[in-house]
Amino acid sequence: MIKPLSLGFAAATLGFLLAGPVQARDLTVTSWGGAYQDAQREIYFEPFAEKTGDKVVEDSWNGGIGVLRAKNEGGESAWDVVQVEADELVQGCEEGILEPLDWQELGGEDAYLDTAVNECGVGTIVWATVLAYDAAKFEGKEAPSSWADFFDTKTFPGKRALRKGPRQSFEFALMADGVPLEKVYEVLQTKEGVERAFKKLDSIKDDLIWWEAGAQPPQLLASGEVVMTSAYNGRITAANQEEGRDFGIAWDAGFVYQIDSLVIPSNSPNKKEAMDLIAFMVAPENQAKMPPKIPYGPTNKAALDQVPPEVSKNTPTDEANLPHGLFFDRDYWVDHTEAMTERFNAWASQ
Amino acid sequence: MSETVAPLAAPPSSGAIRRAKRRSDRARAWRAFGLTLPLLGFLLVFFLLPIADMLRLAVANDELARAMPAAATALRGWDGEGLPPEEVARTLAGEMRAAYEARTLADVAKRLNNDNPGYRSMLMATGRKLPDAPPDDALGALAAIDDAWNNPALWQAFRRAAAPWTDLYVLQSLDLERGPDGAIQARPEGQAVYRIILWRTFEISLLVTLACLVLAYPLAYKLAHLDEGTANLLMILVLLPFWTSLLVRSAAWIVLLQREGPINGFLQSIGLIDAPLALVFNRTGVLIAMTHVLLPFMVLPLYAVMRGIPKSHVRAALSLGSTPFTAFRRVFLPQTLPGIGAGALLVFILAIGYYITPALVGGADDQMLAYFVAFFTLQTVNWGMAAALASVLLVAVTALYFLYARVVGIDRIGVGG
Amino acid sequence: MTGGGRIGGFLLWAWTALVLAFLILPLLVVVPISFSSGAFLTFPIPGLSLRWYATLWNEAVWWRATANSLVVGTAATLIATLLGTLAALGLARASFRGKGLLTAVLISPMIVPLIIVAAGTYFFFLRLGIGSGLVGLTLAHAALGAPFVLVTVGATLKSFDANLARAAAGLGAPPATVLRRVTVPLIAPGMVSGALFAFITSFDELVVALFLTGPSERTLPRQMFDGIRENLSPTLLAAATILVLLSVVLLSLAEWLRRRGLKNRGIRA
Repeated sequence: MIKPLSLGFAAATLGFLLAGPVQARDLTVTSWGGAYQDAQREIYFEPFAEKTGDKVVEDSWNGGIGVLRAKNEGGESAWDVVQVEADELVQGCEEGILEPLDWQELGGEDAYLDTAVNECGVGTIVWATVLAYDAAKFEGKEAPSSWADFFDTKTFPGKRALRKGPRQSFEFALMADGVPLEKVYEVLQTKEGVERAFKKLDSIKDDLIWWEAGAQPPQLLASGEVVMTSAYNGRITAANQEEGRDFGIAWDAGFVYQIDSLVIPSNSPNKKEAMDLIAFMVAPENQAKMPPKIPYGPTNKAALDQVPPEVSKNTPTDEANLPHGLFFDRDYWVDHTEAMTERFNAWASQ
Repeated sequence: MSETVAPLAAPPSSGAIRRAKRRSDRARAWRAFGLTLPLLGFLLVFFLLPIADMLRLAVANDELARAMPAAATALRGWDGEGLPPEEVARTLAGEMRAAYEARTLADVAKRLNNDNPGYRSMLMATGRKLPDAPPDDALGALAAIDDAWNNPALWQAFRRAAAPWTDLYVLQSLDLERGPDGAIQARPEGQAVYRIILWRTFEISLLVTLACLVLAYPLAYKLAHLDEGTANLLMILVLLPFWTSLLVRSAAWIVLLQREGPINGFLQSIGLIDAPLALVFNRTGVLIAMTHVLLPFMVLPLYAVMRGIPKSHVRAALSLGSTPFTAFRRVFLPQTLPGIGAGALLVFILAIGYYITPALVGGADDQMLAYFVAFFTLQTVNWGMAAALASVLLVAVTALYFLYARVVGIDRIGVGG
Repeated sequence: MTGGGRIGGFLLWAWTALVLAFLILPLLVVVPISFSSGAFLTFPIPGLSLRWYATLWNEAVWWRATANSLVVGTAATLIATLLGTLAALGLARASFRGKGLLTAVLISPMIVPLIIVAAGTYFFFLRLGIGSGLVGLTLAHAALGAPFVLVTVGATLKSFDANLARAAAGLGAPPATVLRRVTVPLIAPGMVSGALFAFITSFDELVVALFLTGPSERTLPRQMFDGIRENLSPTLLAAATILVLLSVVLLSLAEWLRRRGLKNRGIRA
């Protein structure tokens, strides 16, 4: 007889469904996926879960203030701790969709780099978007060494990839077009500067692939889908360390570096636990564990000294690399991300 | 559910019988209808109502009225010529500052930004810089913060945001907008993309439908002319992908089509190509993967129709001296037209709503309407735009659905034709 | 037959073989790579191993996703089967004015693009407070699955001999008994295959899930989707292989039911 069995099953399922919303949701942390989040899991999330006995659920995203806004629509946020980029932090805080942090619990503002301090967020890593390529494919040939090379499809034929959206793409386009680092944002402030960036991107549009998740560029390089790509520097080093890849980073070509922050959505139901997790993640002894795995620089001053030199050379803030770096202009992108993204999408989808 | 039985006491007149029969028919119809009510009610609440409500969102316009009610009322009273009177500006400036403090200005800024990208950051900055008490010269104070306040266009955008409804999103989804004089005009180049996307959606769907037809027709023909056992066996190869997760198939196509994947490898090894072809993350990939996903929906109705055509028809034509081709064209093909219609319409209807497959195997310029509905909902929280684009899609699908109902018949839809 | 006919016959066979290969090739390609000992998705595979299955086994997110998919799929199937069967009985029982329109409405979830269902339920459920969580997804999936039950049960009922039910009633069986002892057993194959369709619809559904689920409610397709976008690994292909296996099982079940119900005619699948 099937009937009593299926009825029982139905009742059990319904019970499960109805019981679902009553119990509090597990603490949920959202980061940028791939090798980086794997490292975070190992050094932050799992030890934290073990320490507190709370379960930590993970999600990953690819940024976007709109996504944060969507999470703020109605009811409770599905996320409790989110790692965001600088302009998302400023906008989200102003719009009231992010919760002010308890800086006491974090050990006070002075413990961190100035650029890592904000009412609603604390910096967690200094990272860079760099020009990367598969060195194995350039054996006996000259590897790309500038953004001009990236846009030169004659000397370096094949597809290339950039992060989808105007951020960093504009900067790299202008670098390739001969704008010196310190002038990039000045040029972008003007209408002509933006046109110039679009024109440069347009020149290789047919050879461009757009990636969204940080884990994609190493994949695209590994599968031979592209000859070179923009990439988060840590993912490239991680692919070399863990998968035995021979990917190269052209630090000298110029790169954009910035700070990611940890924030709490203002409609999170787990604010207290979220704050505890953030404090755990930015504690100097824990922050110091990240660079050897993924070479992103720490923001806690006490952790800065603990980075060994052989690790440091792979970070954007290393003495040798820093002169080629352009610090991401948060204010420019707070003002322009949305309008430019709209234009970019219209351009890219045609 | 008990049957009503006519009283048998006296022999009833024929009129009475007819009336009783009609009554009992009506009762039967009501009971039958009653059985459909649970599903109808369920679909109303959890399916139709949400869709209807989404259509409302395409014209909803209450952000300003909610966050700044007095300003909204004041703006509605203004005639919209030039700059508004100082009174209106002062009400707006006062409420704007309060809304900034209450962190509700973001909703207003979002609404105005949908009208003109760039307004959001300007309005948030204005809210930040305004003094707490409404300034005496509100117009001047606003203009001192940002030059945009001197431009009547901004005030007109505010006035539009104060109206109870808006046609902004519907117009934008057709690449139109309201000009300074309120007349409908084309959107400037660079912002006008939705007609291109709509056209692309139809183009891809049409190509996929054609590809499915070309692939499926001979296959169905062959299967229909095999003995039933063999046909059923081969039919498993058609049905297996049909039952397999869409995600599995997309992943498989990426693996197959990638630059160093098996297909490129094979083509290179037999010397057909020198360098690997770009087969995925572009239009080619989308067409291949979508054709693969939708092909069974074409094969099944064609096969069902062809099986039903008596073999004797073509044989008769042949014996009367027609060539095999003529027999096929004049006798067989016309009888398969219902199958072609059913398959093609079904494939086309399913294709124009596609989102996942193009998102996974396509590039930025291969995305169809559905992608932008998701984009505006989940990435930018522009619900009005998402709802407007979804409405365009819904109109297209509904029209095709009715066509399908007319041509093919509702009861023949779906599960294998 | 003429020479032209023979060439035509050969071409037809070749075309048939090619199209069938096109249909089945993608499923065949994932299986061997999932057993590869290497980390890359290339042929030929360097060696055989079960390491990706071991990885899959140890990943909690996949277990959670599987559990979520099963719960949602089962609950949605139960709702869809109950409501769909009742409605099919109603539609088969009598003709009344507006029946065509009613049928069109009841079947419409099969036709309305998923993106519209997803966006509509997202906006609507957010305000009902079931915007994220398994309840909202289950309700939406039940709506999507019900038409399949309606269609398959409806097809069974077409060949259903109403005289059997009438005979039972005439012999004094109360309506509930007629339903339980006569009607349900006769339409059972239609119900089960409709339920199978409803289940696979939910189990494979991604678009609505993308809109309505948070990280704790992730379903299998959602998990696969993120995997494909982010890191198309052999682990993912191992999961895919298991899903292919599942579809083989479900298809066999559906075929078996179809053949069993063939004497009733009408279940086309």
